[in-house]
Amino acid sequence: MKRVAICAVAQHKNESDIWYKRFQGMLLDILEEIQTKTGMDFSEQRGVRSVVSCSDDVFDARTISDNGVTDVLGAHYREEEKIAQEGLNAVGYAMSIILSGHEDLVYLAGHCKESQPESRNMCTNLGYDPFYGRPIGLDFTNVAALQAREYMHKSGIGDEHLADVVVRARQWASRNPYANATELVEKGEVMASPMLCDPIRRLHAYPVSDGAVGMLLASEERAREFTDTPVWITGFANCMDSYFLGDRDLSSNFALKKAAANAFRRAGIKDPKKAIDLVEIMDAYAYQQPMWLEGLGLCDEGQGARFIEENGPATYNVNLSGGMLAGNPIMLGGLYRAAEAVLQLKREAGEHQAADVKRALAHGTTGGAGQFHTVLVLEI
Amino acid sequence: MAVHKEDTSHCYVQFGRMALPNQYFAGRVGSRFIIALRDEHKILGVRCDKCKKVFVPPREYCERCMSRLDDNWVELSNEGVITNFTIVRYNDKHLPRKAPYVLALIKLDGADTPFAHIVEGIDPSKVTVGMRVKAVFAKETTNTILDIDHFEPL
Ligand SMILES: [Zn+2]
Repeated sequence: MKRVAICAVAQHKNESDIWYKRFQGMLLDILEEIQTKTGMDFSEQRGVRSVVSCSDDVFDARTISDNGVTDVLGAHYREEEKIAQEGLNAVGYAMSIILSGHEDLVYLAGHCKESQPESRNMCTNLGYDPFYGRPIGLDFTNVAALQAREYMHKSGIGDEHLADVVVRARQWASRNPYANATELVEKGEVMASPMLCDPIRRLHAYPVSDGAVGMLLASEERAREFTDTPVWITGFANCMDSYFLGDRDLSSNFALKKAAANAFRRAGIKDPKKAIDLVEIMDAYAYQQPMWLEGLGLCDEGQGARFIEENGPATYNVNLSGGMLAGNPIMLGGLYRAAEAVLQLKREAGEHQAADVKRALAHGTTGGAGQFHTVLVLEI
Repeated sequence: MAVHKEDTSHCYVQFGRMALPNQYFAGRVGSRFIIALRDEHKILGVRCDKCKKVFVPPREYCERCMSRLDDNWVELSNEGVITNFTIVRYNDKHLPRKAPYVLALIKLDGADTPFAHIVEGIDPSKVTVGMRVKAVFAKETTNTILDIDHFEPL
């Protein structure tokens, strides 16, 4: 089996309103950082000939959103394809291009400014059909709240557990120079924060965020031209659950379990608890951290409360970046996770570096209440 | 990447208002559901005989066993049970009500899948899972699920 490496990653700092910088400018900074780190260029013979972008038309308020950025991706006069999906899937797509044998080098970049639309909830409302979902006002916040109620009941999670998750996320975020919400919070502050959509409180929800991420992927034959510390993709999979909320068992983790099982099989992992040294999961809302960890098999089914009480998140090196709770744009929640996992494996994570990380997992999700999940296994 | 404070003098921001009048066909299955709801105040589902499940909203095929369902309509009760709910406490332009209001999943008698709707006529803090509710039909049609204006406790 051929192998694909992530040679380098670049993250733009997440902020709640980068109004003074176009996303094109953010992407150019990312591209230049990747070039500085790797020496990569766009020459016909040895350079990048294939570019994968990730963005969303509604957040960018235009159609063909990639068309607004192809120049700053180096995509003029060469191959370019856009993923209008959570960005972790762009990693899988770039990997496939290399595995196909058509290209040996792919530059990947995603951008999203949640601050551009008046409300990100209005954007996610457009993800619902115009007859049954949109008129009722479904959006990714209120749909998550429905899932939160069901999952918390199933796993014994209470308001205190969720506060613990948020307090810890901020502690780690304060060590991550790219994180948005880095102010430390007290447990009582989280528990006193106003309800947003019961049982989700305002501090349980990720802050509105703008950001951009870039990566250089290469075939095994060429990876070391660009880095001394390639990170290998050993497992990638995703899974889509049913569309209508009522068709789904909202607390079952159906899609995540399937995605994880397929990614683990491809990576040769039998017991994820023993095999995974570090996890970056896309926890847009606090309840999702224990819930997705159950879906990944790192926390036993229905044991989310006990997992938090027994410091499971510390045991498994969960979200040392601060995670999605510290703020990433929704389109890039999983792509930022992958970038952080790569930094950890390369031992470039600075103040939040974990010891002895050989195999890491990055997770992404989109669709209201985790309709769709993506799992990426990375190794050195 | 180096993180530094940007100079924001002489920066101009353009405000947009993206809007595009458009049409959507409800599909033949969706049309039948909407028309029955609008003209007869009847809520219809489709039954998969193989999976022994009644789905609402209706769809042409069962995604589990791929059976065709659009010749197997069932009329559902206007009454049902709340299986899950949240209290929406933020206001936004896409929301059908001013906060706070109750968004619930409601399983109608005769259906196996719940669907999302609004619950009114009760203090939101008194709503519980298991509570029985009935449909209150809208006075004016929108040709959507909002032809049921809301549900209220029995
Ligand atoms: Zn069936």
